Amino acid sequence: MHAKTKTMLNLMAVAVLGLFLWWADDNLDGYQIQILNLIAVNIILALSLNLIYGFTGLFSLGHAGFMAVGAYVCSVLILSPEQKEMLFILEPAFDWVREAQAPFFVAVVAGGLAAALFAVLVGIPLLRLGDDYLGMATLGFAEIIRVLAINAPRVTNGALGFKGIPDYANLYWNFGWCVLTLYVIIRLVASNSGNVFKAIRDDETAAKAMGVDVFRQKLLSFTIGSFFAGVGGALLASLLATIDPKMFTFVLTFNVLMIVVTGGLGSITGSILAGIVITILLEWLRIVENPLTFGDWELQGIPGMRMVVFSLALICIILFRREGFMGKREFNWDWVTRRFRNKAGRHAG
Amino acid sequence: MTWAMFVQHTLNGLTLGSLYALIAIGYTMVYGILRLINFAHSEIFMLGAYFVFWGITLFYLPWALAIVGAVIVTASVGILVDRVAYRPLRDAPRISALISAIGVSFFLQNVTIVVFGALPRQVHRPAWLEDPILMGDVRVLPLTLFVPALSLLLMLGLVWIVYKTKPGLGMRAISKDIETSYIMGVPVNRIISLTFGIGSALAAASGIMWALRYPQLQPVMGSIPGFKAFIAAVFGGIGSIPGAVIGGVMLGVIEIMAVAFFPDLAGYRDAFAFVLLIVILLLKPTGLMGEKLEDKV
Repeated sequence: MHAKTKTMLNLMAVAVLGLFLWWADDNLDGYQIQILNLIAVNIILALSLNLIYGFTGLFSLGHAGFMAVGAYVCSVLILSPEQKEMLFILEPAFDWVREAQAPFFVAVVAGGLAAALFAVLVGIPLLRLGDDYLGMATLGFAEIIRVLAINAPRVTNGALGFKGIPDYANLYWNFGWCVLTLYVIIRLVASNSGNVFKAIRDDETAAKAMGVDVFRQKLLSFTIGSFFAGVGGALLASLLATIDPKMFTFVLTFNVLMIVVTGGLGSITGSILAGIVITILLEWLRIVENPLTFGDWELQGIPGMRMVVFSLALICIILFRREGFMGKREFNWDWVTRRFRNKAGRHAG
Repeated sequence: MTWAMFVQHTLNGLTLGSLYALIAIGYTMVYGILRLINFAHSEIFMLGAYFVFWGITLFYLPWALAIVGAVIVTASVGILVDRVAYRPLRDAPRISALISAIGVSFFLQNVTIVVFGALPRQVHRPAWLEDPILMGDVRVLPLTLFVPALSLLLMLGLVWIVYKTKPGLGMRAISKDIETSYIMGVPVNRIISLTFGIGSALAAASGIMWALRYPQLQPVMGSIPGFKAFIAAVFGGIGSIPGAVIGGVMLGVIEIMAVAFFPDLAGYRDAFAFVLLIVILLLKPTGLMGEKLEDKV
């Protein structure tokens, strides 16, 4: 198939997505739309972690930290000065925090850039570490960010966090960012840099021996991934309208890691599929945790059950199907047309 | 700061430090043998505490029996975790086992939430632990003296096992080279189970004393002490048992002292250990007592 045809098909797919969103916006109820929004955000987060871990092999557990940076920066920029005046009850905000204002798009980009800046600062010392040490150090970073957020009440409003963040993040914004993330990461992975990333993942020593500036490439992947983690965090803040330091614990990183591992490390298609399935399951299993009433019957909700199911699922995937849904395979238009042709051929025959 | 205050802070630091040290030993033993950060270790610590109070309130067991029972059950959980979640992954890439460990950690934590509820529970300490002992101007709780003493005893027992018994020889052999040990007839899987058992028993002991010292039970109570103990293990040099003990005690004392001398920094107390972790990993990744691990091509 020609590259041009593929581009056309890709554009058509985006157009279909657009039409679907337009339909969904009018016809689905608020809860369903919220789930669609969460799907978009989770896909962004999963793609960003997949770039860092799945494609470059950097075991980073700091995602929640970068998301927190993005979320706080974006929230500060889109909350109006009057709102901030009301919110900061522990200690008054710094003047520059109170006066800072930006349109939503700029605020999200600023959130991403702030996360990327943190990634560079953290990455320069930490990316020299290998495997599990990198995981623990980045986890440490995420915890430090959280403690800083609690202890800087003049910027973050301390443990109380922000409420009433304007809900600009509608379907179009979220999926727009999702498609942009997808585009950037697909192009990046297919580029020469992408090949270098995979070489580092598969054998760092060999890559180094081939003359790759391993550290630089790692930092590049880590920074781009963290930029999108910051974007995801920013969108999430506007979507949920409330953020506080307690939200950005290790559980958040765990959820993203679960999506990436379930979908398949190093598979973009896998991250998208798992992002959809797991977001829906996460919401659906909320039912188990809330009390239910059937007529006169009342079923007690079981708190914690959701994470029991998901942690078990993660263990089972790692034990029995380590490659996840997709392994390293990707969706491809050729694959679709081949199927289509086979079917047509069978009918004709 | 008066002399009495200083002594009191030192004792508190020692207590906290020996609790960290007991947990850190489990991390370091497993890492020494399997090169695995046993993420679930902090949940083992938490389970130890829960089992004791479960035994006392539900089965009306006397304290001594409840503690012994809890330690045995917790050690079995530790062994079971290894059998189910880590052993099948011995030949897999190292990070697979780490992800499995993260999964187990969340699993145990949330099963505890399902069974016991997420709300913190008060621990009723036995009365003889409540009366402070007066030594001149220094007022200390009996636990403050009791915890370091018992910890020291347990550690001496561990040192005896590792350096004077045959299974201990097996452990040391496996940590040098697992394949050669296997060829030389060391029952590798049994020794690994034993390692998990001993590590988990020590974590359980630490969890029980933690619950008595800071009398509250919570399903997430293991996370922070667990992380800090891991940091202590890295600080001391991961893989080294004396390193874990020294690292744990030092971390405990430093933490208490830092807050005592700079009360303004109290809010940053939990971040402090992580900053320490990052600094150590950057300056001396092998820690105080660790051996250097080279990348083999």
